[in-house]
Amino acid sequence: MATKERPIQVAPTAKDFRGKVAPDWCPSCGHSGILTAFRNAFAKQGRGRHEYLTVSGIGCSSNLPGYVPTYGMHTLHGRALAVATGAKLANHEMSVVVTGGDGDGYGIGGNHFIHTMRKNVDLLYVVMNNQIYGLTIGQASPTSLLGMATKSTPFGNVETPLNPIAMAIVAGATFVARGFSAEMKELTELMYQGMQHKGFALIDVFSPCVTFNKDNTYDYFKERVRFLDEDHDTSNKAAALEQAVKWGDEIPIGLFYQDTSRPSLDESEPVLEHGPMAHQPLGVTPEQGAAIIQRMM
Amino acid sequence: MAKYDFVIAVGGAPGQGIDTVGKSMSQICARHGLHVFTYSAYQSLIRGGHTFLTVRISSEPVANHGDEIDLIIALDANSLEKHLENVRPGGAIIYNSDDIKKEKPERDDIQLCPISYKELSGGTDRKKMMLNICTFGVALNMVGGDLSVLEDIITLTFLKRKGQAITDANLAVARAGYNYASENFTPFESQFVKQEPLAFVEGNAAMAMGGAAAGVKFYCAYPMSPSTGVLHWMAQNARDLNIMVRQCEDEISVVNMVIGAAHAGCRAMCATSGGGFALMSEAIGSAAMMEIPIVVINVQRGGPSTGLPTKTEQGDLWQLLGASQGDFPKIIVAPINIMDGFDTIPELFNLVDKFQCPGMVLSDLTLSMGFTTFAPDSINWQPEIDRGELITGLREMDGEYLRYEITDSGISPRAIPGTPGHMHVVATDDHDEDGSLISDEYTNPHKRRDIMEKRQRKMDGIVELLPPPTLEGPEDAEVTLIGWGSTHSVISEATQKLTEDGITTNHIHFKWLYPMDEDAINEVLAKSGHAVVVECNYTGQFARFLRGETGFKADGHIRKYDGEPFMPHHIVDGVRELLIGKTDLYVPYQEIVV
Repeated sequence: MATKERPIQVAPTAKDFRGKVAPDWCPSCGHSGILTAFRNAFAKQGRGRHEYLTVSGIGCSSNLPGYVPTYGMHTLHGRALAVATGAKLANHEMSVVVTGGDGDGYGIGGNHFIHTMRKNVDLLYVVMNNQIYGLTIGQASPTSLLGMATKSTPFGNVETPLNPIAMAIVAGATFVARGFSAEMKELTELMYQGMQHKGFALIDVFSPCVTFNKDNTYDYFKERVRFLDEDHDTSNKAAALEQAVKWGDEIPIGLFYQDTSRPSLDESEPVLEHGPMAHQPLGVTPEQGAAIIQRMM
Repeated sequence: MAKYDFVIAVGGAPGQGIDTVGKSMSQICARHGLHVFTYSAYQSLIRGGHTFLTVRISSEPVANHGDEIDLIIALDANSLEKHLENVRPGGAIIYNSDDIKKEKPERDDIQLCPISYKELSGGTDRKKMMLNICTFGVALNMVGGDLSVLEDIITLTFLKRKGQAITDANLAVARAGYNYASENFTPFESQFVKQEPLAFVEGNAAMAMGGAAAGVKFYCAYPMSPSTGVLHWMAQNARDLNIMVRQCEDEISVVNMVIGAAHAGCRAMCATSGGGFALMSEAIGSAAMMEIPIVVINVQRGGPSTGLPTKTEQGDLWQLLGASQGDFPKIIVAPINIMDGFDTIPELFNLVDKFQCPGMVLSDLTLSMGFTTFAPDSINWQPEIDRGELITGLREMDGEYLRYEITDSGISPRAIPGTPGHMHVVATDDHDEDGSLISDEYTNPHKRRDIMEKRQRKMDGIVELLPPPTLEGPEDAEVTLIGWGSTHSVISEATQKLTEDGITTNHIHFKWLYPMDEDAINEVLAKSGHAVVVECNYTGQFARFLRGETGFKADGHIRKYDGEPFMPHHIVDGVRELLIGKTDLYVPYQEIVV
């Protein structure tokens, strides 16, 4: 019997974005909340499942593409942003979202992180930040706090963690936010806004690792996170940076910075004016070939 | 008509415009309808140092820089001193006598052609670039070239960019050089012949053009000598040909962007050299695992490590063979000359699209940075484009779409993201037919075996489509020379010379390197005489690979790893030495030192 994709007649719901494989994350892992927020945000955007490409690297969090029935790429460790950039430039009509962990994005993928922001590639990048390497069973990550004891830092971490929010604002990201996986409503809204944003959107999400990180727990964040004030000016880079460097008893979450004036990379590239690269006719016409040869005579 | 075969070399310092000399010389010859091949021996310096460009000019197609130099143009005193000995007896050397402070150069078996640039240019302008033009005028007269061709090229080069005054000044020094030579120097006996005008191209540009013809819509790179010419051509032509061209932060990003673009439906390509390729290794395997077709060009330079950035070698074969962990389908091809580089890219794209795997091109500095001529109508801009089993729209299917469906051929139809009804995840973790991971929680040895065998079955299909090498020359020869990639022409010429000298020699040349059809290749190798593998590396990488794949053990080896390419006589001398039987390895001495 022939089957076809059921066209979505009515507005899609979060249920439409449930995959057939159940997540293999630990019970009450922070990532589960992020997955739910993803499904909600996908549904809220209202596009068909085939119009999304979900790209990840390697790590616990990078298994996420397997749990949503969009097109997905589970790429190499640290390389999700590079792959996603290629895919976006090949078909800029797709909605491309990228997920991964703090080790994947800020450690091994650090170079791509900086340059993808600089280029303002139109992607939503959600980093599921648990401040630990989980899949390799508990080593320090680039966002592990000073003093944290892990299997690779048994006597306490002596390296200063990086600040992804400040880094993103400085490197050229045009949408910079922080979420907390336990604050579902706000996280969904941030993800929706991030998908709507034309340009590079970073959402760093506190996602407690209940198995390997006994320091940065749900309670740790519940005590500390504070939503940015309503009068925070998200268009002011200096004000955003001032909030971004805050850490301690109060940790701000929400949208730090957004610049809607800078064109994204695909908007800046004249060759895309004929439509997505992937849909263009292939090869060289006889006239184009003749003109090339003429220049070689 | 007797064959015209003449070699001009130009020596000077970087910054004296030698980079454009090769282009201009090629252009002058091409407009006369003469074929050229150029080889530039240069150094990794922007200023200072020394550059020596060899241009071989022939009435027939030519793809190596030959054995002897008939005429040298020395643009500085250093070049005169260094290369005076490299002119063949009976040849000539042109130099600027203003530079010669001490005594006259000593060689009585060649024609010394001093010019005073100060006098010829009227003593006003000492621009180095114009010295080139002036010596071109001198040389052109001595070889019987047409002054109007040089004048046309000067106008083409300068008028638009530099204006009338500069153009006129260059025309004046060119004419002055031409006229001075006709009054003061003896022309060469063998003179330029005029044929139908030809076009000329650099090796890297030829591969880029091949990519454009193949339908490449996405190209990205990180600059790395000697591969950067591909990026330059692509960037220059991106808007005319509607190709997305990007420069990336590193080669890891390059290959991963290519993978992303290829998955999203573009034919995507990149080029680098050995060091950049090393950074790409992990991703090559990921393309094979996700079954995404990509083309990666590796333009080899001298290794290991940073090595010899401006020198040639064939030292990366084992790097490509071993790139990335695990077993996976892949194709490796080494174009045998510049124009073959153009044809190879569309051929390879059809294969990687059909078999959904990475394809790797092994070029080298000699091929990629050399210039050659071609008949303008000989280029096939419309090669066959076969994208394989590609799904781009809704279709009738039985049951759900399985991206990695197990098939007899190992090929599973590939749906492009954006296509309704075919959502799936491609993963670098091993996976089941539907893309679900089998490596974490669900590890299943039977599923793993099935999917591994599915992927590897594609190799059977690939091997059937790759033509085995042919035996060139007489069937029953005393000696068989075996080579691969860019050395085709130089080995071919050595084969002819040896045969003319009474040592009958034939030639087996490999273009498609991997996978190898053991039986078909053994059939060809069985006809060989005293078998000598000729290659540009220290350990005999190809000889070892060939032995591993086919069990064939060569009788002798000629290897070069000094950074400079083979000249035909290096191989001729090597064969003579090997036939004496005292050694099975000959390493030629490089006479021209830059």
